[in-house]
Amino acid sequence: MAKVLVLFAHPRPDRSEVNQPLFETAQRVEGVTAVDLYADYPDFSIDIDREQARLTAHDVIVFQHPLYWYSSPAIMKEWQDLVLEHGFAYGHDATALRGKVFLNAITTGAKPEAYSEAGMNHAELRSLLGPFERTADLCGMRYLAPFVLFGAGRALEQDRFGAHRNAYDRLLKALVAERLDLEMAAKATVLTDALQDLVLEREEN
Amino acid sequence: MALLSEAFVYLCAAVIAVPIANRLGLGSVLGYLIAGVMIGPVIGIVGAEAADVQHFAEFGVVMMLFLVGLELQPAMLWKMRQQLVGLGGLQVAGTGLAFCGIGFLFDLHWQSALALGMILSLSSTAIVLQTLNEKNWLRTEGGQSSFSVLLTQDIAVIPMLALLPLLAIGGDHSGPGGHGEGAGHGGEALAALPGWAQALVILAVIAAIVVAGRYLMRPVFRFIAEARLREIFTATALLLVIGIALVMDFVGLSPALGTFLAGVVLSDSDYRHELESDIEPFKGLLLGLFFLTVGAGIDFDLLFGAPLTIFGLALGLMAVKFTVLYPLGVLFRLKGPHRWLFALGLAQAGEFAFVLFGFAGGAGVLEPSLIKTMTLVVAISMLLTPALFIFYEKVVAPRALAKADLEPDVIDRKGRVVLAGMGRFGQIVSRLLLTSGYEVIILDHDPQTIENLRKIGIRTFYGDATRPDLLHGAGLDEADLFIAALDDREKQTELVEHVARTYPKVRILARARDRHHVYELENAGAHHAERELFEGALALGRQALAELGFHPFRARTKAREFRHHDIAMLDNLRENFNDGGADASYIDAMRAQSETLFEIMRVDRGGERHERTERGWTPPPKGDATL
Repeated sequence: MAKVLVLFAHPRPDRSEVNQPLFETAQRVEGVTAVDLYADYPDFSIDIDREQARLTAHDVIVFQHPLYWYSSPAIMKEWQDLVLEHGFAYGHDATALRGKVFLNAITTGAKPEAYSEAGMNHAELRSLLGPFERTADLCGMRYLAPFVLFGAGRALEQDRFGAHRNAYDRLLKALVAERLDLEMAAKATVLTDALQDLVLEREEN
Repeated sequence: MALLSEAFVYLCAAVIAVPIANRLGLGSVLGYLIAGVMIGPVIGIVGAEAADVQHFAEFGVVMMLFLVGLELQPAMLWKMRQQLVGLGGLQVAGTGLAFCGIGFLFDLHWQSALALGMILSLSSTAIVLQTLNEKNWLRTEGGQSSFSVLLTQDIAVIPMLALLPLLAIGGDHSGPGGHGEGAGHGGEALAALPGWAQALVILAVIAAIVVAGRYLMRPVFRFIAEARLREIFTATALLLVIGIALVMDFVGLSPALGTFLAGVVLSDSDYRHELESDIEPFKGLLLGLFFLTVGAGIDFDLLFGAPLTIFGLALGLMAVKFTVLYPLGVLFRLKGPHRWLFALGLAQAGEFAFVLFGFAGGAGVLEPSLIKTMTLVVAISMLLTPALFIFYEKVVAPRALAKADLEPDVIDRKGRVVLAGMGRFGQIVSRLLLTSGYEVIILDHDPQTIENLRKIGIRTFYGDATRPDLLHGAGLDEADLFIAALDDREKQTELVEHVARTYPKVRILARARDRHHVYELENAGAHHAERELFEGALALGRQALAELGFHPFRARTKAREFRHHDIAMLDNLRENFNDGGADASYIDAMRAQSETLFEIMRVDRGGERHERTERGWTPPPKGDATL
């Protein structure tokens, strides 16, 4: 059993249609610690020791957030700047995060087509999330492809959200049960479509 | 009525001459001397009684040494020990020996020569410190070195006072612990005892002063302070100084030495600033009186009889002092102009010389005729001092700057803060500043508060912060920041007004009762006023929103919006309030502002999505095709 930490950042959860319900899903999964960063630190005064202890105590770190300007909401950046200290997260003999698994669980406003060389954003989503991947690398963590809900603004109207929510539930449970094929998950472009193939079936006993 | 008319003459002379002298940059000591010269030798109003008055005025010297002692915290002395012992000690010893040698050449008795050397080695603390302060040179390298030397000299006066009676020529008696002050009184009480018992009594008295100052005086002062009668506190301070003077006199020691010691012991006390400002006016007046009598006693016949000799001696004196000072400046690595400031600035003899001449005369160490001449010489050297400073400022400093090999002065001083009012408000402010490493001088008038804070390790000085002299004593003229945090609304405004008027350079931050008080404080001269309850109430309101189910971050945003609007309202209503106070038009404007607030907060509460009025991480519109 792996311990999963979901760090959630959304500055307006009262106006959130998909992220807040997804966070609530995460809260209900056994083995998952779900943290609302904006609720814990409304003044951005992040408790570094507490956050580092949280990281140490978990095996999988999930950043769950809407994609804001090709990145995370502000508090998540502040969190990285403060918590990922030299000597703890990176540096000569920093081993605290080594071997842990890291991924972004995000929602985007734009449709999947927008995230391609020819599309509006002129780049793949995973390459746009490069800073997160590089950060995970530098800390010795294993970076998995992002778990994404594209076109989040119309997901409810188009009846796509229920399925996505179930998939998120499944992903988290598989991470807890260590039944996700990490090898393949690290190579994928996004986790969402291929999830079916990545979750290993429970072995008969 | 003779007393009153004498007082009238002296005060009159002082009131006329001192401000004029000050205005001309001569300083108050010279002002008093000149006033004395006017009423004495020139007009001749006072004459014979001047000597009696001088005797009385000598008590000003005792008070001055008490104040010098108060200024000398042991910790500070320790920090300056190198400068004090090295630079200051060498100056006093070097100059003293030089004059002593010259005294020999003039065929003086060795005792007289030594006494003269000691006396003339001193410079004028009053003139030099005042000038350095006025010109803003005190914090420069040269100024600091000058200060160290002056401090050493002030301390050196104490052993000199003890030594002078021992130098009596052909002395009839004067054993160890000899008869102080030249007055020749005192000490009789112990005369019957054998020498070792005398010494024992003297040691016991000194120990008693130290122990009482350390342990007894705090509760006594606290008890008196709790009575909240200002004049009784002043009376206590005076009583303390006079009492010590009497005891010292009784055992045959110098009263000045005793009060100095008491001053040093009390320099660590919470009541230091209050004591200082209570004694200061008495000292100032008595010392002024003392200088007046010195001026009145100047022998004009002597001056006009041999002007060349007198002026020659004065210039010679300054030349000798300069000759000792300049190499010391080199030795202690003072650079270019700093060395000049140091050597020129300290080249006069000082006011202590008058005091010591008096004692030396009384003890029979120096001939009266010699004292007359030298008093004149010292006075003239002091009179010439402003000219030296002008020479430095106009000739030396510009040249040094032109050479441009000058390193900038290192200003190693951190911002200094004076805080008045250590109630619930002041405590938070001061703790933030103290823990951030700033030097904060804290004043409060509640002995209980002071006691409680002392227990948790925060030093607070006792005193009513609305008293101008206390603020001065707390060093407000050197402070960068003044924080007014009094509880009493009216007193607070008065305080801010006084500080803004008297210390235009200091920044003033003030605690305000409410919005109206903010305007009042701003008009009184505060640079920023903060409503004492605003931020705290806002924090509680924000907590209330969270309790009611708001997301904590949302509650924070709400509180921020409220805060923003409320401060805007404070700005918007300012002009209206200043026009006519809280009149009808002010009330109207205020009501309009309140309605706007409701409007803003309501829009934010829900309503249509994507109104421009709602800012802050709202999702983009559903129909936007570019997404």
